[in-house]
Amino acid sequence: MNGIYMTPEFDVIRSDARCTACRVCQRQCANGVHSFLAEKGVMVSDETKCVNCQRCVSFCPARALKIVRNDNRLRENANWDQDTIREIYKQANSGGVLLSSMGNPKPLPVYWDKILINASQVTNPPIDPLREPMETRVFLGKKPEKVTRGADGNLITTLPPQIELTMPVLFSAMSYGSISYNAHAALAKAATELGILYNTGEGGLHEDFYPYGAHTVVQVASGRFGVHEKYLETGAAIEIKMGQGAKPGIGGHMAGAEIVGDVSRTRMIPEGTDAISPAPHHDIYSIEDLRQLVYSLKEATRYRKPVIVKVAAVHNIAAIASGVARSGADIIAIDGFRGGTGAAPTRIRDNVGIPIELALAAVDQRLRDEGIRGRVSLIAGGSIRSAADVVKALALGADACYVATAALLALGCHLCRTCQSGKCNWGIATQEPELVKRLDPDRGSERLVNLMNAWRHEIMELMGGMGINSVEALRGNRLMLRGVGLTQKELEILGISHAGE
Amino acid sequence: MKQIDAKELDFRTLNERLRQETDDIEILNCCGQRFIGAGLSDRKLLLRGTPGNALGAYLNGAEITVGGNAQDAVGDTMNAGKIIIHGDVGDAAGYAMRGGTIFVKGSAGYRAGIHMKAYQDKIPQMVIGGAAGSFLGEYQAGGVIVVLGLEEPDRRIVGNFPCTGMHGGKLFLRSRCEDVRFPEQATARPATKQDLKEIHNILLDYCAFFAYDINKILDAPFTVVTPDTANPYRRMYVEN
Repeated sequence: MNGIYMTPEFDVIRSDARCTACRVCQRQCANGVHSFLAEKGVMVSDETKCVNCQRCVSFCPARALKIVRNDNRLRENANWDQDTIREIYKQANSGGVLLSSMGNPKPLPVYWDKILINASQVTNPPIDPLREPMETRVFLGKKPEKVTRGADGNLITTLPPQIELTMPVLFSAMSYGSISYNAHAALAKAATELGILYNTGEGGLHEDFYPYGAHTVVQVASGRFGVHEKYLETGAAIEIKMGQGAKPGIGGHMAGAEIVGDVSRTRMIPEGTDAISPAPHHDIYSIEDLRQLVYSLKEATRYRKPVIVKVAAVHNIAAIASGVARSGADIIAIDGFRGGTGAAPTRIRDNVGIPIELALAAVDQRLRDEGIRGRVSLIAGGSIRSAADVVKALALGADACYVATAALLALGCHLCRTCQSGKCNWGIATQEPELVKRLDPDRGSERLVNLMNAWRHEIMELMGGMGINSVEALRGNRLMLRGVGLTQKELEILGISHAGE
Repeated sequence: MKQIDAKELDFRTLNERLRQETDDIEILNCCGQRFIGAGLSDRKLLLRGTPGNALGAYLNGAEITVGGNAQDAVGDTMNAGKIIIHGDVGDAAGYAMRGGTIFVKGSAGYRAGIHMKAYQDKIPQMVIGGAAGSFLGEYQAGGVIVVLGLEEPDRRIVGNFPCTGMHGGKLFLRSRCEDVRFPEQATARPATKQDLKEIHNILLDYCAFFAYDINKILDAPFTVVTPDTANPYRRMYVEN
């Protein structure tokens, strides 16, 4: 044995009494966990290959399977926990940088769960969204700083370009390549039906999805994959990706093995070459340089598209956002440290960046203090899990939220966090045709629409409870929030009072 | 050729005027206006004076000629077309260009041809007549970069760290490059006649634009640099 042996992470428990050896599990598992032992006429499993994606469990017609944590444990140690030791073994065996997927799974504070929402009692009436009109529509873009009139005394009503959303949510950037064609199709269809936007990510826009352009944010990242004039013209808005919450300060390396067929065509790079997104934009070293990219995009699209600048939430985020607001950007998207990813170095994902709740509150406050809040809209992302998170984000100062992990869950993701393998059994984070076709874009889209419609109604109920009848009136309304179990400093940064105050 | 006088016009006004025209245009008294010709797909532009940064960004087929120098980010993310500069260019010329050609009579600043790509029939090409600054062809993923070193014979043809992260395309340097250090993942070797055939046509174009004799240009040793792998980071990771 050259490497150190590691106990498999999971155990595959099969009820022999229930199993009919129908071999559905075998056909469903792209990792090759299940096989049929002909001489004994039974199914066996190789749990070393199991990633606990729950595909076999979901499809077993006899309900004979379950995946559990392997109870063969190393000796308990509160300092050296099992995962830490396993990571050391993996690196000692391979010499590699640890690579993970999806958002930070560590037990770091989730501030959403320590913030509670107000409701009206006695002194002002709540509003029933089933009975009374309620506005969830939002417009993202620069707002005029003052009322201006023409020579004839009439109001000048030409606004900078705006994005109109029926509810304060957008699907955040996930590139074609990191997720499948069918996943993109489902997001594009759902965004169109819902009257919101989805985001291409940095992998270009597949030619089939150009018709959804009015509901598409097209992204421009340091690698500039698939960026050309028609691409820019097609989107409803253009997003410059400066950073991502899951991996602030680093770029992306998509393995050449995944750059095949339509993914290569859409990124406009040859099959088999690595798609390298350098960590910085090599022409951006300052806010002035960012301004240059913002304006080059505006010039190329004749000032008809709002430009979003997406940054990861990092220590100096308030000062950074202030600079971005002055760069000419119309919208700033801030991605918190729990945001998902198709692949990121584990150490970066788990240790770099700050929580979106604190970043958002700090940015909103800073822009208000400087009198430039109206110059930009704010989109908050990085693990928005429910309508309640959306409402809390709005009250902390967001104009809208980016949602991606929740959208993937609606498409069938079971959060096994092995996107980087490219063998997603749910047809989402894979390019293998046999796996991709497991995700039906129409059904996926239907579930996304269901989820967002449910959230929209919940947002209305939560707002109604507070006696608020529009998202506009909720935005930045921190009086509607109270903290529980937070320190004075945390409350100060969040700009909210403690429960009971 | 129709003329626009750019004197005291800001970039937005100048570019709006340009968009309203359908003919070839000569711009006079250009003085630092940015984004000229951004995304332009047809027509010829002739610029007198010095254009500002991001000249011909996202260029999509138009032809831009500059009588003198140009500044940073010439042809950023260019898709097709031609840019001809009769002087020097600043930093990051041809950043992420995917198609078309850039000809520079003089020298280029830092990071020329960074992340240049190629795709199917699109093979971007850039010829720099003088020397190139540091980080030439960084992350180069495709296309052809040629540096001729014609302007200042005593200057090293390229600055430090050329071809770092190169994983596609080709780089030609008209020098033996004995004093140039290349990174481990790229191979530099003397160019053969066969190699030089690949750049013969663009060299002919270069000579036609800037009145050089191709025989004199070819009468010198060339070094050609290619990446060792299209997958420089393949072995870097372990799944966790």
